Amino acid sequence: MRERSGRRIAVALASVGATLVLWQALTATGVIPASRFASPREFWAALAQINGPGYADAKLWQHVLQSCKLVAEGFVVAAGVGVPLGLAMGWSRRFEAFFNPIFLLLRPIPPLAWIPLAIVWLGLGDAAKVMVIFVAAFVPSVINSYTGVRSIEPYLVEAARMLGVRRTAFVAEVMVPAALPHIFTGLRLSLQAAWTTLVAGELVGALRGLGQVLNAAAQDIYPAMILVGMVFVGLCGGAMTWMLWLAEKRAMPWRAA
Amino acid sequence: MSMDRAALTRAESWGLSFAGLAALLVGWTAVASSGLVPPQFLPTPLAVAERFVELTQKPFAGYTIQQHLVSSVGRYLMGFGLAALVGVPLGLAMGWFRWLDEVVSPLFEAVRFVAPIAWVPFAALWFGTGIGGPTLIIFMGAFPPALVNAYRGARFVEPRFIEAAQTLGAGSWRVITQVLLPASVPSIVAGLRISAGLGWQSLVGAELIVASSGIGYLLVKGQAGISTSTVMSGMIAIGIVGFAIDAMLRRVEAAIHARRGR
Repeated sequence: MRERSGRRIAVALASVGATLVLWQALTATGVIPASRFASPREFWAALAQINGPGYADAKLWQHVLQSCKLVAEGFVVAAGVGVPLGLAMGWSRRFEAFFNPIFLLLRPIPPLAWIPLAIVWLGLGDAAKVMVIFVAAFVPSVINSYTGVRSIEPYLVEAARMLGVRRTAFVAEVMVPAALPHIFTGLRLSLQAAWTTLVAGELVGALRGLGQVLNAAAQDIYPAMILVGMVFVGLCGGAMTWMLWLAEKRAMPWRAA
Repeated sequence: MSMDRAALTRAESWGLSFAGLAALLVGWTAVASSGLVPPQFLPTPLAVAERFVELTQKPFAGYTIQQHLVSSVGRYLMGFGLAALVGVPLGLAMGWFRWLDEVVSPLFEAVRFVAPIAWVPFAALWFGTGIGGPTLIIFMGAFPPALVNAYRGARFVEPRFIEAAQTLGAGSWRVITQVLLPASVPSIVAGLRISAGLGWQSLVGAELIVASSGIGYLLVKGQAGISTSTVMSGMIAIGIVGFAIDAMLRRVEAAIHARRGR
C-alpha cells in the first residue's frame, strides 16, 4: 500500500514536471506563438509586474483581497439566510408548501444570468457583485439544508419527543447536528457557485478584482497576465474550499474524515 | 413540544403553494406600479410578459429571441458534445489503465480548480467570439463531471465481471467497450446530467462576455439599454431551456434505471 502511494506521488510529480518542460519547449521554440500563450519566463515577469508596480490599477494582493472580500460578504449573508430558511422548510410542511414553488421557479435560472440584472439595478460597483453572489450561494444553501432535515431518521425525532426535549433544545441538539453533513455539502456548493459567479461578474465589469485582471489582460492581449489571473483564480478557489473543509472537520468531530 | 411535522391536507398544501406564488407576483406588481421604482428598472410581471412576446416577433440585438436561442443551443451542443466525447472515453480508460490515471489525474485536478469562466480571455484570444470561444468555455464547464463519473463507474465495476471477460480472452479494448462501458452507464448518465447543467451555466457566462449573438448576448444588450424587461425575458428563456434540458436527461436516466430493473 505504502509502495503504491509512493509510486503515485512519483508519477504525479513526473507528469507535472513533464508538462512544465513541454511548456518551456513549445514556447521557446515558437511552436506556440508568443501572441497566443506565455512562456514560463513571461509568466514570472508578469507575476513580478503585478506584485511590484501593479496591473489594472492595483497590486495582486489588492485584487485578491477585493475578490475574496466580496465572496465572503455575499456568501455569509446567503448562508445566514439560506440555511435557517432551508431548515424551516425541512421542518414545517407549511413553510415548505409556501416557499417551494418559488424555488422551483427560480432554480433553473443559472446565477450567471443574474449578472446583467444586478448591473442594471446596482451598477458596476460592489453592491451588484454581492447581489449576484448572494443569488448564487443562496439556492444550494437552502436546498441542502432542507434535504438535511428531511433525511433525519424518524426514530431520532421520536426518541427526542419521548424524552420530552424542548423545542429550542431539539433544534440545537438534534435537528441541526443531524442535518450538518448536508448543510456542509450545501455550503461547499454555495461557495463554489459564489466564486465562479464573482469571477464572471468582474469579467463583465469591475474596477478591481481578479476578474478585472483577466479582463484588462484580455484587452491588452497579454497572455502572461491572463495566465497569472487564472492561476490565482484557481488558488483562491482552492484555498476557500480548504478553509471550509477545516470548518467542517471542527464542526463535526464525530465524523472521521 | 409542538411538532410542526403534521401532514397537511391536499387543499392546505395547494392553498399555501398558491399563496406563495401569489405573494411573489402581488408584491412584485405592487412595488412596480407604486411609482417608487421607475418602470425601466422594475417593470410589472405583465410588462415582462408583453416584452417577451414582442421579442419573439421583433428582432432585438440583430435577432428574435428564438434565433438567439438557436445559436446558443448550437454552441451548447458543440461544447457539451465534445465534453462527453472526450470525457467519457478518457474517464473509462483512466479507470482501466492505472498508468493513465496516475499521469492524467494530477494535471486534471490542477486545471479543474480554475473556474470555467476564467477561460474567457484565452477562449477569445484563441478561438474568437463566434462559435469557438464560447464552445471552449462550455467544454471546460461540462468536461470534469463527464470524466469523473465515467472514471468512478469504471473503477467500481465488479472485479469478477472483468476477471470473467479476461478468462474468456478479452483484451483491454474489449474489456473497456464490452464490460466497463455497459456497467458504468448509470454513473455516466448521472455525470452527463451534471455536465449538462454546468455546461448551460457556462454558456450563459460565455455569451455575456465573448459572443455576438445568443441568449447571453441578448441579456448584455438589454443591460446596456437599461431595459429590465428585456433582461428578465432573457432570464426566463434561459430558465425554460435549462429546465427542459434537465427534464430530458432525467427521463433518459429513469428509462435506463427502469431497463436495469431498479
